[in-house]
Amino acid sequence: MTRTTLLSGAAALALSATGAAAQNACTTGNTIEDGVLTIATGNPAYYPWVMNDDPESKEGFEAAVAYAVANEMGYSDDQVVWTRSSFDQAIQPGAKNYDFNLQQFSITEARDEVIDFSVPYYSAAAAVLTRQPTADAGATNSIESLSGLKWGAAASTTAPTMIENLIDPEDPLLLYDDSADVVEAMKANQIDASLFDLPTALYLSAVTLDDGVLVGQFPPALSENPDQFGLVLAEGSPLKTCVDAAITALEQDGTLAALESEWLAGATGVPVID
Amino acid sequence: MTVHPDTEAVAPAAATGRTRRQAYEARVRRRSTAVAAASTALVVLAIVTLVPLAPGWEAVKRSFFNGEVFAQTFPTLVQAFLWDLAIFAWSVPMITVIALAVALARDARSPALFPLKLFGMLYTDIFRGIPVILVVYLIGFGIPGLGLPRPWNSPYIWGTVALVLTYSAYVAEIFRSGIESIHDSQRAAAASLGLGRADTMRYVVLPQAIRRVVPANMNMLIALQKDVALLSFIGPVEVLRQAGVFKSLLANFTPYVGAALIFLAVTIPATRYADYLMARQRRERS
Amino acid sequence: MLEMQAVTKAFGDNTVLDHVSLEVARGEMVCLIGASGSGKSTLLRCLNLLEPIDDGAILLDGQDISEPGLDPDPVRRRIGMVFQSYNLFPHMTAEENVMLAPRRVRGRTRADLRPEVAELFARFGLGDRMQHYPDQLSGGQQQRVAIVRALAMRPELMLFDEITSALDPELVGEVLDVLRQLRGEGMTMVLATHEMKFAADLADKICFLDAGRIAEQGPPSQIFEAPQKARTRAFLSRVL
Repeated sequence: MTRTTLLSGAAALALSATGAAAQNACTTGNTIEDGVLTIATGNPAYYPWVMNDDPESKEGFEAAVAYAVANEMGYSDDQVVWTRSSFDQAIQPGAKNYDFNLQQFSITEARDEVIDFSVPYYSAAAAVLTRQPTADAGATNSIESLSGLKWGAAASTTAPTMIENLIDPEDPLLLYDDSADVVEAMKANQIDASLFDLPTALYLSAVTLDDGVLVGQFPPALSENPDQFGLVLAEGSPLKTCVDAAITALEQDGTLAALESEWLAGATGVPVID
Repeated sequence: MTVHPDTEAVAPAAATGRTRRQAYEARVRRRSTAVAAASTALVVLAIVTLVPLAPGWEAVKRSFFNGEVFAQTFPTLVQAFLWDLAIFAWSVPMITVIALAVALARDARSPALFPLKLFGMLYTDIFRGIPVILVVYLIGFGIPGLGLPRPWNSPYIWGTVALVLTYSAYVAEIFRSGIESIHDSQRAAAASLGLGRADTMRYVVLPQAIRRVVPANMNMLIALQKDVALLSFIGPVEVLRQAGVFKSLLANFTPYVGAALIFLAVTIPATRYADYLMARQRRERS
Repeated sequence: MLEMQAVTKAFGDNTVLDHVSLEVARGEMVCLIGASGSGKSTLLRCLNLLEPIDDGAILLDGQDISEPGLDPDPVRRRIGMVFQSYNLFPHMTAEENVMLAPRRVRGRTRADLRPEVAELFARFGLGDRMQHYPDQLSGGQQQRVAIVRALAMRPELMLFDEITSALDPELVGEVLDVLRQLRGEGMTMVLATHEMKFAADLADKICFLDAGRIAEQGPPSQIFEAPQKARTRAFLSRVL
């Protein structure tokens, strides 16, 4: 009696497993929790990447991309679970509590040695954010003009390196914890300018700063190292091939471009830096 | 006449010029040194052999103790630490002066000076009650936000002000405890010579009080040296921030270990020195 | 020169001086004797205005110095005081201890003071101790420095509060010699002391204090040889 129950139970399990595998090789066995895709984003997550800090609404570019990738991999919307993580948690060694993590992580070679990146889901232009008084004082979209400004940036982004390499300011760079502090320093007139990915810069100039101005952008195609965002996975994650396949498919069928124009519109019209 | 067995033991000790007590104490010292060395070696051996057996050790080693990253980042970190030293160096004299002034204000006895005393009390209560990082944020962003022109809105200036205000509150309390620890008989002796209150404070009480609280203040200085790193939150790229930049650039925590080593290189000798001063003071008073 | 009129002083409920009246003439040496806690020290501290009195009056050359609210510093400059536990300033050399008050209070310079300070040190056998710190000096030397420190202000009156009580017996003599020397120079002095023989030999007047009152006062011959009060006799029989 007991034996038969066990056997039939095992048979049922085996059956359902093969069934899922037949459905999609990405939905079984390789996630933290079987049948569920756990996705991490920042705490808080910002506009226009996640609207209202609520990724489950599917609103915002990264929230939408996350669900698109999940669907492509074979997960229904209900099988997606969100969690939060910091940048440090993403790069520290040890077990992760998410299957992939997206919060505008730029892909770099050094980072790639410690964690796995998916293929990029977005190539960001880097934009220079200043305030109206700085623009009025004659700041233009030339490197010469920009290098005379006082620069600040969020420390854990690729912006400090880009500023040093592309603009090489005369005054020492000041660094902050996050974009909110950078804006605060800008309001306090301690810095003139900072570099953000274009969507973030647009948001900050429109919403956070009363008198924000974008004086120029480094388009991804023009810069030597375009800032590309990738999903972060644990080093050696078995999901990488599934995730890469999903993103590639989304790119080819135009989904990514559509999401970009839906959520990141307005990225045009900012003068290019020369 | 019988020879007591002990006399044999006494003779060699006497020959080396040591008393029996000294010989005994030397033996005890040697034994405890040996025990201490052995147990330390054992613990170190256990750590060195057991920790690498942990399953995650290889990954931890790669991201925290990466020799390549260390060599690449350490010189820049040391350079960034010069900022920490500079901020520390110009903060200390200001803290000393303000802390003394506040301590004296709190000691004021004339009723006309009551507002001063009240101010001193409020000041120490408030600034000892707020985490340093909050003060750094509020003052470092808040005051420049009022619209000060450059260079007077510099984060270096207002970050320093935040540190100085916070630490002056603590050091003022230390000075005050020093002032209160000077026996009344010293004030009586000064008064009997016709010295006024101000002169008594300046020439008799303060010099002794300040000397007495040097060890306690050394500990505050060590804490200050570490808290200077909090200025990185409002812009300055000192060692902690520089390490953070390397961390996100290289996705590796080794620069933090390097920064920690730099701090230790300064704070451990300072801590030892403070302990030495404290021990010496205890000896002098007993 | 100095006159106490019915001086009363209490610490809380504890009356330490109870209607004490005492006169000290210029050049006189007055010794206060009595058991511990009889009020000798408090009496001296009141004379130097270190303790405010509750009632009565203290007159110095006819001026009421016990008036509440009076600035005590000018009075203290005229009255020197030496304490049982020396109370030297431990962070200063002997010479700096002595020079501090004349410099700060009288506005004199070190250079100007040096000859007379050196002379004072030499007079009391401390010529080679001027640059020593208090903890490098014996108890007797420290107490002599304390006396020199008080004298450097050129006081008209000196108060000594059991200044030999904290000393080892073999060091008492050198300090008493200093007092003898001062006596010979005509200094007006009030001493609280347990040195009965010294008091008997040198004092002009002996005051026996008992529980905050002056039980008996008079020349040494009277107090030591023919005490009138039973309490005086009882005290003397214990200490002599």
